[in-house]
Amino acid sequence: MSKGGFDVRRQTGFTTVAVFCFVVLYLPIILLVLYSFNAGESIAIWEGFSWRWYVSAWENERVQAATVRSVVVALSASLIATSSAVLAALATTRTRPWRGQTLAFALINQPLMVPEIVTAVALLIFFALVKVWTGYTGLAYLIIAHSAFCLPFAYMPIRARLQGMDLSLEQAGADLYGTPFKVFRRITLPQLWPGILAGAMLAFVISLDDVVITEFVKSAGQDTLPTYMLGQLRRVITPEINAISSALLAISVMLVIGFFFLSRTPK
Amino acid sequence: MTDLSAARNRRDRNTRWLLLTPAMLVLLFAASGPLLIVLVYSFLTPGDYGGVEWQFSLQAWTNVLAERDIFTDEWQLADAHLTVLWRSIKLSFMTAVLAFIFGFPTAYFIATRPPRQRDIYMLLIMIPFWTNLLIRTFAIMELIRNQGTVNTLLIAMGVIDEPIQMLFTEFSLLLGMTYVYLPLMILPIYASMERFDFSLVEAGYDLYATRLQVLRKIIFPLVKPGVVAGSILVFVPCLGAYVTPRVLGGGKQLMLGNLIELQFGQLRNWPLGAALSLTLLVIVMIALLFYVRAVGREGETNV
Repeated sequence: MSKGGFDVRRQTGFTTVAVFCFVVLYLPIILLVLYSFNAGESIAIWEGFSWRWYVSAWENERVQAATVRSVVVALSASLIATSSAVLAALATTRTRPWRGQTLAFALINQPLMVPEIVTAVALLIFFALVKVWTGYTGLAYLIIAHSAFCLPFAYMPIRARLQGMDLSLEQAGADLYGTPFKVFRRITLPQLWPGILAGAMLAFVISLDDVVITEFVKSAGQDTLPTYMLGQLRRVITPEINAISSALLAISVMLVIGFFFLSRTPK
Repeated sequence: MTDLSAARNRRDRNTRWLLLTPAMLVLLFAASGPLLIVLVYSFLTPGDYGGVEWQFSLQAWTNVLAERDIFTDEWQLADAHLTVLWRSIKLSFMTAVLAFIFGFPTAYFIATRPPRQRDIYMLLIMIPFWTNLLIRTFAIMELIRNQGTVNTLLIAMGVIDEPIQMLFTEFSLLLGMTYVYLPLMILPIYASMERFDFSLVEAGYDLYATRLQVLRKIIFPLVKPGVVAGSILVFVPCLGAYVTPRVLGGGKQLMLGNLIELQFGQLRNWPLGAALSLTLLVIVMIALLFYVRAVGREGETNV
């Protein structure tokens, strides 16, 4: 790399900026987590270590309800998104190219391209109509909305895994008179699991973290954790918000690291 | 022979549609379909208590840029909307520039590490990106509010007597959005740098180029597609930002997303909200077209 003490890759100041960026990316989050353990009421003056804000968040009934709702929505949405993404990924990798393929891609990736606020407004209008027609105001609206924007996130790792797979095993299976379904179940699916798991984890994180679409779609009293936190903004901010944030962060970070290692292996 | 392949084709087509049906149903019901209804709503008359009257009107679309003066009844430019639109575009652009200033050296730093370390550094960049946007915005807010960490620290050190008002200013939006979207700049620049051949740089030095010349004449032109991609990837979500300006702008520094929300909340003008949403969508689509042209076909797998 270096040639007689002269490193051709070095650019003056770049390392400093990079180190600065890494520090700045993490410092606010670290402070946020740190103050969740504050014994005092402040989020800026340290008064000693305590679990009190975790306890108070745990005992807060609105937080409990929002947590349960967040988990129910995220689990259902990631299940729907992942299973339909598996089928869609098979359709776009295991059949010969066809004319509507670009359109299918565009539809699947639409939630990534259209600004969230626009989708949120569209769903607000549409579901308002559906609510009047059917009289139903339950969680299903949130679940279907979350399924839609989680779909591309579940689809990406699954499709990548399918494309990276060795086709000869599947061909051998088909040559030995395995039905397409049998080939899928016995050969494709076992190899696809890491991709499916990665997709499901990503979908779960994306659903768990969503604010904008949830804020517009939810009916009264249907707060998830993020919309509950957003609603708390108008009040005095105590470290309880930090405690809730830290718990959510811990879950996200674990899932993201899991996703990273799962989606890295097939190389 | 032809019979057989025709039958196969037909079977292929049927399986394909069967496989795609669940995904398409979800997306049509909760993503694409509702967008068409927004289009319809933008041509209707606002209802008195929110919602719409089913009566055709072009008023929402004219109101995006113009309004009728309540006293003189003359048409004039809608200053409030233009201010918000201008602020959105200006701040999104500035955020992209800031993200480039910090993101480019960082991507370069990561790309010049040994291969094993690169993955770890990229993971470090990606972790904040995939964690909750609201929480990261909260973290910035707690840092810069009047009773926040920065002001408390500065007062304790005796640098200032009164807290500096940082929250609810354009500065706070700029800071927050750069913080939140920086990974979107680093990612594509890194992707194009990873393939960069450093023997070209060596050749440059052999020809007596300075470090700055190497950077400007060799490295930058070759990773430019990554820079363009990153800038658009930052610009687009900034333009439609809702959470960051709501938390850090506190209703004082509205951006397009907040203006749209107002129409569905306090202002009860759903058609105008629909028209504004579609305006935002059109601007974003134009930016994405540039993205597709800059990244070309290879970009599909990068992001």
